[in-house]
Amino acid sequence: MESALEQAPVVSHLNPPPSYLLGDHPIPTGREEIWRFTPLKRLRGILEGEASADHLTWETSLPEGVTLTEISAEQALEIGELAPNDRPSALAAANAGAALLLDVPGDTELTEPVVVRLHGESVDHLVWGRLIVRAGRFSKATVVIAHTGSARYSAITSVLVGDGADLNVLTLQDWDDDAVHLGRDAIRVGRDAHVRHTSVSFGGDLVRMHANVEYAGPGGEAELLGLYFADDGQHLEHRLFADHTAPKTKSNVVYKGALQGQGAHTVWIGNVLIRKVAEGIETYEENRNLVLSDGCQADSVPNLEIETGEIEGAGHASATARFDDEQLFYLRSRGVSEKEARRLVVHGFFNDLIRKIGIPDIEEKLLETVEAELAKNVLKGL
Amino acid sequence: MSTLEIKDLQVSVSTDDGPKEILKGVTLTIDDGETHAIMGPNGSGKSTLAYSIAGHPKYDITGGSVTLDGEDVLAMSVDERARAGLFLAMQYPVEVPGVSVSNFLRTAKTAIDGEAPKLRTWVKDVNAALEQLNLDPTFGTRSVNEGFSGGEKKRHEIAQLELLDPKVAILDETDSGLDIDALKVVSEGVNRFRAKDGKGVLLITHYTRILRYIQPDRVHVFVDGKVAESGGPELAEELEANGYERFLTASV
Repeated sequence: MESALEQAPVVSHLNPPPSYLLGDHPIPTGREEIWRFTPLKRLRGILEGEASADHLTWETSLPEGVTLTEISAEQALEIGELAPNDRPSALAAANAGAALLLDVPGDTELTEPVVVRLHGESVDHLVWGRLIVRAGRFSKATVVIAHTGSARYSAITSVLVGDGADLNVLTLQDWDDDAVHLGRDAIRVGRDAHVRHTSVSFGGDLVRMHANVEYAGPGGEAELLGLYFADDGQHLEHRLFADHTAPKTKSNVVYKGALQGQGAHTVWIGNVLIRKVAEGIETYEENRNLVLSDGCQADSVPNLEIETGEIEGAGHASATARFDDEQLFYLRSRGVSEKEARRLVVHGFFNDLIRKIGIPDIEEKLLETVEAELAKNVLKGL
Repeated sequence: MSTLEIKDLQVSVSTDDGPKEILKGVTLTIDDGETHAIMGPNGSGKSTLAYSIAGHPKYDITGGSVTLDGEDVLAMSVDERARAGLFLAMQYPVEVPGVSVSNFLRTAKTAIDGEAPKLRTWVKDVNAALEQLNLDPTFGTRSVNEGFSGGEKKRHEIAQLELLDPKVAILDETDSGLDIDALKVVSEGVNRFRAKDGKGVLLITHYTRILRYIQPDRVHVFVDGKVAESGGPELAEELEANGYERFLTASV
């Protein structure tokens, strides 16, 4: 009886209980806690949830041993897909029908990353996606999922990390200017497993990504990293939920963003729930935003719900700031031009985070992309 | 050749109660190869002088002039002043997270020289500079000033002084917060710089201690935003013995 109460689903005040039923996820008005930052009109009707046969094109690079297969909705549930926690993900599960399973068998150690490139042809296309990434017991793998082109894309992704596995997942949103992407990534971390999930958002008109993590047993560790760069008119939203469902687990969240140009808007919501059962856990979450021009808005909301005091540590930090004049003065007093000083500061701001990603090719490309983004606007006219 | 000439320099900062005058007409000339010490009590405007010469945006120059070898320093931007040959070793060097010391040094050297340093000699020079200042070789991989101890920050400032090789160095309380060993290491670095031809040093300090290791040619006592008295090294000895009392009462 007691344990049944403990596992009762309605615990978090900030996260509606997961459910496949569309009735549990009514069309939002925009006033709901989980929708209040999102410009609903710019979702271009995704929330109405009409069926669609449109697809993204898939180009994959699968190292030996890794398989990508289509499975039925029933099979998806059987292997432990994590239920939808908002309307777009519930619609994706309902409308995509079959799911794709990317499977890294147990005890497999990959030396090359699994790369999945998803490309959309047009924002007129409405695409529902359903993917399960499964890393078997004691496997070690890196999975990169890159999105380019344009579409209205809503996807539900579940990441199942087996006991003792070590999985590094990166999702890159490098869309064209008009794309709309609603993504729900949810991760279940096995006993003593480690997962790093990185979400990188540069492109798209509206991108709203969830990264949720829960634990199947004690000793699991999750690092949730994020990097975003919003330009004129872009809405980039990242919603984190670390649900400490098991004792001795760890979550560490670091998201960093830069904003430039009129109407650039970023949202970061960092929710952490420490359940009664989750004794001895450690959690830390951090969001930093660098505002590079006028006319931008960065919302940053860390939330911590604690149901047990028997923990190792829990903390959060959130900061949104413009260029630090003292940093610029210091660099310029060494002869470095203002333009170069700004470049160095932004480079440094992201560099710390990029170095944590642990995928060398991606790290290098991201540093280049940050430079290119800077060249667009911040350094213009200096 | 390098001559830094400060004439009747007047500087204000803006406060909630309007502009507040801090420097009230400072005149001093550092001739070719000379080391001048500026000593004074807290709040006398010593650091304001240093930051005004370097071009910190907080300070408004309301009168006077500063020239380096005849060039109008006040008309230059912060980075132009550095490229013209001025260097300010700061009392509180600023953290620049994510930017490594080696990247920073190379970027600064490239900016000062107008071209990238030759890789092989540059690496050697950097390693030598760090070693002479008792900084670990892994120092280059750390983020600029982030997590540095007080002593490491000051030694890093002097490593920059040696590598960037300006014409005139302004040292703003470089001795503050250093233990005696670190003070010796830092002083040796400054003395290596001074030993080169024609280098000027403006050494700002609250204490006479550092003057045992760096012999100034001239000593200026700074009180209430201007030079109250100038003299040779013997003036520092008098301050050591009697403190600032005489100058403070004279200024009232």
